[in-house]
Amino acid sequence: MRVDRARLPALGADPSLRFPEIRRRTLSNGLRVCTVEHHAVPLVSFLALMPVGASVDPIDRPGLAAITSDMLDEGCGDLDAMALHDTLGRIGGHLDSEIGSDATILTLSSLARFADRASGLLADMVIRPRLEALDFQRVRELRLNRLIQLRDLAPALADRAFARLLYRDHPYGHTPLGTEESLQSVTLSEVRAFHGAKFAPAHATVIAAGDATHDALAASVEAAFGGWSAPGSGAPPDPALWTLPGPPDDRIVIVNRPAAAQSELRIGHIGVPRRTPDYHALLVLNIVLGGQFVSRINMNLREDKGYTYGARTSFDFRRGAGPFSVTASVQSDVTIEAVIEALNELQAIRGDRPVTAAELQTGRAALTRGYPRNFETAEQVSRGAAQLALYDLPDDYFSTFVPKVLAVDEAAVTNVAQRYIDPARLVTVIVGDREKVAPGVARLNMGTPAELTSTFEPWIGR
Amino acid sequence: MNIPYTRQTLDNGLDVLVHEDHGCPIVAVNLWYHVGSKNETPGRTGFAHLFEHLMFEGSQHYDKGYFHPLQEAGGLLNGSTNADRTNYWEVVPTNALELALWMESDRMGYLLPALTDAKFANQRDVVLNERRQNYENRPYGFAGMAVMAALYPEDHPYHWMTIGAAEDIQAAHIDDVRAFFQTYYRPRNASLALAGDVDTAQAVELAARYFGELDGGDEPTPVHAPPVVEFGSEQRLVLEDRVELPRLYLSWHSPSIFAADDAELDLVAEILSGGKTSRLYRTLVYQERLATEVAASQSSRELGGYFQIIVTAAPGRTLAELDRAIGVAIDVLANEGPTLDEMERCQAQAEANFIFRLQTVGGFGGKSDQLNAYNVFVGDPGFFERDLDRYRRVTAASVQRVARAWLQPERRVLLSVVPGGRNDLALAGSQPVSVS
Repeated sequence: MRVDRARLPALGADPSLRFPEIRRRTLSNGLRVCTVEHHAVPLVSFLALMPVGASVDPIDRPGLAAITSDMLDEGCGDLDAMALHDTLGRIGGHLDSEIGSDATILTLSSLARFADRASGLLADMVIRPRLEALDFQRVRELRLNRLIQLRDLAPALADRAFARLLYRDHPYGHTPLGTEESLQSVTLSEVRAFHGAKFAPAHATVIAAGDATHDALAASVEAAFGGWSAPGSGAPPDPALWTLPGPPDDRIVIVNRPAAAQSELRIGHIGVPRRTPDYHALLVLNIVLGGQFVSRINMNLREDKGYTYGARTSFDFRRGAGPFSVTASVQSDVTIEAVIEALNELQAIRGDRPVTAAELQTGRAALTRGYPRNFETAEQVSRGAAQLALYDLPDDYFSTFVPKVLAVDEAAVTNVAQRYIDPARLVTVIVGDREKVAPGVARLNMGTPAELTSTFEPWIGR
Repeated sequence: MNIPYTRQTLDNGLDVLVHEDHGCPIVAVNLWYHVGSKNETPGRTGFAHLFEHLMFEGSQHYDKGYFHPLQEAGGLLNGSTNADRTNYWEVVPTNALELALWMESDRMGYLLPALTDAKFANQRDVVLNERRQNYENRPYGFAGMAVMAALYPEDHPYHWMTIGAAEDIQAAHIDDVRAFFQTYYRPRNASLALAGDVDTAQAVELAARYFGELDGGDEPTPVHAPPVVEFGSEQRLVLEDRVELPRLYLSWHSPSIFAADDAELDLVAEILSGGKTSRLYRTLVYQERLATEVAASQSSRELGGYFQIIVTAAPGRTLAELDRAIGVAIDVLANEGPTLDEMERCQAQAEANFIFRLQTVGGFGGKSDQLNAYNVFVGDPGFFERDLDRYRRVTAASVQRVARAWLQPERRVLLSVVPGGRNDLALAGSQPVSVS
C-alpha cells in the first residue's frame, strides 16, 4: 500500500489509561503511607515527604531547612556518614534529596531484593540523623562554596534576584540555598532544633513503589517508620497567613555581567497557589502561551526571531502563591527587543489576540493525550502521589484530570489570562552586560533600572 | 536482564527493531542516523548538529514545523547529536505511532524540497544562541573544547566538540545541507527502534509501509581516524574563564566503547568518585577538604575514549595540592588494587545503574535508545545481557591492571581553568590556551 502523503494519518481513539492503584493507610503515629506496585524492573523506591521547605526558614536564617536536609545523609542511627554511604552502595542505592519552597523530599531507590534495607536506611536518615559537629562544618563550608560559584551562573543569579524582587521578606523571597551571611552564622544547635521541631510523622508521607506487593511494601515501611515519634507536630505553615507584598518599587533590575554572551531574563509577578480552582484553565493558558515548543513565546522568540535557544513561561504552583514567569536566555544585542516581544505576548493573550480554537485544541490535547506518560515508572507514580499529599489534593485527582482539562474553553482561558497576568505588575530581571542593555531600557517604560553586582550589592548590606 | 526484540531489515537497508512493553499505553520511536560531528571536517565543525535542527523545520508533505502535530497528539519529542550518531525520538500515545512514523519517514525522504534560506538562517541563529547559552555564558563552559583540542590532533574527528566553532557555524552554507542529507540521511545509514505498547507484527508492517518506499542510498564511507600520537610526556594547559574557583581537568586516552578495558575503567571511575565513600570524594572533599567536588568518568566512543577526572579547588587550596592527591590515589589503586568491599559496592552500583537506565521505553535514553546503540555499535540489539556481563566479569585484579595500563602520569592532559588574570593559580608550567 502506497503511503498517502497528502494528509497526516488520523489518530483514532485515544488509548485508555489504567491508573496504577495507590493504596493508602495511616500508621498509629499519624504517618500516611502510600504503596504502588510496579513490576517492570527489579527496583523499589521509597519516598519520604516532609512539608518542610525553605518557606519555614526563620527570617534571619534563610537556608536553614536546606542545610538541615543536607545533613540527613551525613550519618544516621548506628552509621556514620561513610558507613551509611558504603551500605547505600552495596544495595545499589540511589539517594536523591530535594528541597523546595514547601517541602523536603528524600527518595531512596534500590535493587528490589534490598527493599527492607532501603526503607530502614531512609527511616534512619529522616528520624535519626546524627547531626554531628564535624560533618556540619564541612557541609556548611561546601554550601558556602556553592554560593560563591553561583555568582558566575547567570540562571542562578536571575532566579535569586527575581525571588527577592517579587517577594522581599515573604517566605518565598529567598531560594532554598540561602545567603552567605546566614550560612556563616547558622549553628549546629539550630539545625538540631529545627529537625526536632519540624520533622514529625503526623504530617509526613512515605510512598513505597516498585517490584513488590502492596503488603510487602507496607510492611517494610511500617517496620522502618512505625516507631517514629517526635516532639514537634511537623504541621506545614498556612500560606493564607502570609501577607503578599505589593508590587516592588523597582520594576526592572539589571545584574551586571560585563561582556556576557547573553542576557538571562525573568519577567513576571506573583502568581497563584496550587489549590486554585482555576488550576486546569491556567495549565491550558500556559501551554498555549509558553509551556511547550509550539507555544507562542517560543515560536516568536526562537523560531521567528532567532533571539534564543528557547523561551518558556510557567506558573510555579506552590502551597502559597508562587511566581508566574517568562524565562529565556537571549543574545545580548537583542535583549530589549526580546523583552518587548515577551511583554507583547503577555498582553496579547489577554485580549488583542486571545487564544484561538486551534490553539485551545492543541494545548488541551497535548495535556490530556500526553497524560499517560506520567505513569510509566514507579518513581513517576511516587512523585505524583507526593504532589497529592503536599497540596492536599483529592484521591481522585488523577482520574478527573483529563475531563477537567477538556472542559476548559476559550472563554475560560481568556478569563484566567486577564485575571492572572497583569501587565501593570510585571517586573523584569536581566542578568547581562549592563553596557549593552542599559541604553535601551527606557523603551520598556519600566522606570530606571536598579543595578546590582553578582554579589547583589547594593541589595545585600543595605 | 532480557529485553526481547525483533529485528527486521527492510529492502532499503533500514533496520527496524521492535520491543513490546505493555505497561503503559505509549510507544517510543527512536531513530539513529550513524552520523555525528566525527563526520565533519576542520573548518566545517558544528554542521551535524545544525543539520539536526533543520530536521525539525518541516519536510515536503508537512511543511508547518515538525513539532505541532506530534505535540497535539500528546507526544514528547526531541533530538540530539554527538560525535558518533544523531538521534531523533518521539514518545507518543499508542494511537499516534502511525503519525510519528509518517513524520519521521517524511523528513528522512523528503526534507530538501521544504528547505529554505530563511529556515536555514533562523536555525543558524538559534544554534549560535544554544552555543552562547550552554558554553560561552556558562562557567567552565570552554573547558571541554580545550581538552578535546589537546587530546586529539587537528585532523582527528574528535579534535572539536559537537557544538562546533562559532565561526564555522556562521560560515555554514545551505548547499552543504543538501550534500550532507544525501550522504548520511539514508535508510541504509539508520536504525529505527520502536518500544512500548505495540504488537510486533503490526509495528514492523507500519515501519515497512512508511519507510519502505525510500531509496536506501549507499553505505557512507567510514570515518578515517588518524592514529593518536601520544606525546610521551604530560601536557599542561591553562584557560582563563569567568569563574570563582580554579578547577583541574585531568584527561587520558582510553578504550573505545565496548572495547577491552572499557567496563573496567567505568568501575575505576566508580571507585574513584562514585558516592561519598569513593576514594577521591572521601580524601579530597570529606577528609582533607581540598576540593568542593570531584568527578571521574570513562567516556567511550566509537573511535576511542577518554578517561577524565574533574576537580574543583576549595577556596585557598591549590590545584597543585589536588594534582598531588589524585596522583597518590591513582598510584595506590594501580599498585594495590581495589578492596573486596569496593568491588562489591561498585558492581552493585553498576548493576543498578544498568537497570535504572531501562525503566523507560524511550526519550533521552530508555530501552529504544539502548537497542539502537547496541545495533549500531555492536550489530547486536540484544547485547543487554552481554553488556551487563562485562561488568560482572571485572575482578579486583583487572581493575588494578587497567589503572596501571591507562592512567599513567606521562599520558595525561592537565587543564587548569582559572579566574581571569590569575594564571598564577594554574599548575606550574601550564601553556595558555584560548578558546572562544
